Amino acid sequence: MFPILETKEIAKNVYLQRIQAPRVAKKRKAGQFLVLRHSENGERIPLTIVSSDAGEGSVTIIFQAVGKSTTEFARMKPGDAYLDVVGPLGLATHIEKFGTVVGIGGGIGAAPLLPIATAIKEGGNRLLSIVGARTKDLLILEDEMRAISDEIVITTDDGSYAKKGFVTTALQEFIDRGEKIGLCIAIGPVPMMRAVAEVTRPHGIKTMVSLNPIMVDATGMCGACRVTVGGTTKFVCVDGPEFDGHQVDFKELVMRNRAYLREEKVAMERIEQKERIEHKDGKCMGGAAVPEGGGN
Amino acid sequence: MADATPKPRPKRVSIPRQPMPEQPPQVRVGNFREVPFGLTPDLAILEASRCTQCKNPQCVKGCPVSVQIPEFIDLVAKGKFIEAARKIKETNALPAVCGRVCPQEEQCESPCVLGKKGEPVAIGRLERFVADFERVTGNVEIPEVGAPTGKRVAVVGAGPAGLTVAGDLVQIGHDVTIFEALHKPGGVLMYGIPEFRLPKAVVQAEVDYIRKLGAKLECNSVIGKSITIDELLDEEGFDAVFIGTGAGLPYFMNIPGENLIGVYSANEYLTRANLMKAYLFPESDTPLNKATNVAVVGGGNVAMDAARTAKRMGAKNVYLVYRRSKKEMPARVEEVHHAEEEGIEFHLLTNPITYHGDDESRVIAVECQKMELGEPDASGRRRPVVIKGSEFKLTVDTVIVSIGNGANPLVPSTTPGLDTNKWGNILADQETGKTSKKGVFAGGDIVIGAATVILAMGAGRKAAAAMHEYLKTGAW
Repeated sequence: MFPILETKEIAKNVYLQRIQAPRVAKKRKAGQFLVLRHSENGERIPLTIVSSDAGEGSVTIIFQAVGKSTTEFARMKPGDAYLDVVGPLGLATHIEKFGTVVGIGGGIGAAPLLPIATAIKEGGNRLLSIVGARTKDLLILEDEMRAISDEIVITTDDGSYAKKGFVTTALQEFIDRGEKIGLCIAIGPVPMMRAVAEVTRPHGIKTMVSLNPIMVDATGMCGACRVTVGGTTKFVCVDGPEFDGHQVDFKELVMRNRAYLREEKVAMERIEQKERIEHKDGKCMGGAAVPEGGGN
Repeated sequence: MADATPKPRPKRVSIPRQPMPEQPPQVRVGNFREVPFGLTPDLAILEASRCTQCKNPQCVKGCPVSVQIPEFIDLVAKGKFIEAARKIKETNALPAVCGRVCPQEEQCESPCVLGKKGEPVAIGRLERFVADFERVTGNVEIPEVGAPTGKRVAVVGAGPAGLTVAGDLVQIGHDVTIFEALHKPGGVLMYGIPEFRLPKAVVQAEVDYIRKLGAKLECNSVIGKSITIDELLDEEGFDAVFIGTGAGLPYFMNIPGENLIGVYSANEYLTRANLMKAYLFPESDTPLNKATNVAVVGGGNVAMDAARTAKRMGAKNVYLVYRRSKKEMPARVEEVHHAEEEGIEFHLLTNPITYHGDDESRVIAVECQKMELGEPDASGRRRPVVIKGSEFKLTVDTVIVSIGNGANPLVPSTTPGLDTNKWGNILADQETGKTSKKGVFAGGDIVIGAATVILAMGAGRKAAAAMHEYLKTGAW
């Protein structure tokens, strides 16, 4: 069992969780992920490790409660525990002296960006960051990213906070002002990563993206996470999760991520229904394992 | 006087081989329960009485772990089922598994003298019967293990090879820890072989037996990632390591459309169905595509498992697409027979060339071409040759690619000094399991490529003996 030490809602429906997992905490490097399972019939969910504390033996994850499993994860509090935590998985980020690096995190993508950007900065690079969100309520890790960045631009699509526009607009401005960019790292929704890759492509700026496809075992055994990169099939769990953004077949990735939309809907409806019944029965009023609504 | 008069013996050869009662095909395709019910005690005694107790038993030579076959069968014939189970366990820690999934027709049963004129003794069914009898009647006894040797052994992978090594070494008195990457032990017995062929409760019971012997088990430990082999030896204080990580890297054909939604590797399909219990969705969280027409590509046991699972998941039509003829199929005759009984439609001498998808990238058809057999190839089987102009399409909504597995690189790629061949299999001595790295042994599919449960167990048995020798003497 892997006890939860902290659960905190850091933006609308976005949660930070600290979990006791000493072996993972000890080994983990920037860019790697773990797999969680919370119940006997639970699925295996891959999530990036945002940070770790080897002394405490803990790892921190940040996730959006979007499906059945992540919704249930969000309700787990100190005193609860995951059945399984596996990791660290995937290849660690390759760090070298790139010069100036632009790190872009869109939405929940700021979470996987933070450890990578931190390692890049610690590797002796100049870090220009762009952190974007659809709207102010969804913006995460602004302070944490600011603390490690030489310069940071915050964007919101709707202009509800900071600079109005997309992350690509801010990136274009860096390019236009003549920044010599050695590497661009973009993590976020697939359309955002694709758009960033199209902005950097004509300038020949090396662009890495971190992918989060559907996985099952996450150790190379099943191939659920396959993605086409430069015309060859790769397994994101063992060959990635970072790939050359100019080589990734994003169209295929978008499609494959939709494989179980119908089933996800069925699963979500079931927990919503269950919750309505529990509310009606007044079960929500007591008991340690009762969800508290997550502050929404 | 009594000695001079031979006792009347039953005419053993006149008793026919006893069939094992099983669920009828039309019933079993609607459930995931085990297909055969197993022998009854009466049937088992009758079957066991067929054994002629040869002086020079060939059956034992056919068994990769040298089970004392005539001895255990004699005990069955006398109704001493528990004693029979213990006799098997002297050399085989997983009899309930082996009784179900070993290819007995190629091993112990093939050299049986009764088979020369009629049918061999049903050794596998008897093994299964006594193991089940012992378990179901609550008579599993934990034998006394040897005095602690003070030596620590790490076993990487809780599959058939690793469990055998662990069982053997812990009995001698070594301190054994098994590291398993998945959340449940058993390896392919758990994620790969379906419930209806090998109930997971049976696997769990056999794993529990190894644990009760004293072996420790750490799940969720991906060796090569969570801990490296060098760390096990240098930091965690293990004196020797056995690598039994299996063949866990699925092959694809690299043909157009293979990444469409609904095209699975057999590993993924079976892992979702077995380990993750997708057949219970939405009670379990892991889904599988709801499919009406399924094509399974391949002709091995895994292909049969996948096809029969697809049928039970509700598919109306399941096509088995195999590029050679039935004679060349690597699957066991019994598995092919079960698949046919369950209505799996065989498309032999047929090879997929392209998958077609709809505008949501979901697979809707597989384009195939017909083949004919030409000259024998390196494997000795006749090489399939394309018949020009024979292309045709099968309408499908799920495809399961079951053309084999390669070696997973996680351990070799993180273990300096561990040599592999060009396919990534670990180089290990066939008799001892010794690798190129001191203190590190390997066996099973990670060494020989995808094979059978019992061959992996045989390799584990040999490696355990060599590891014991190494732990005793330190000589490499």
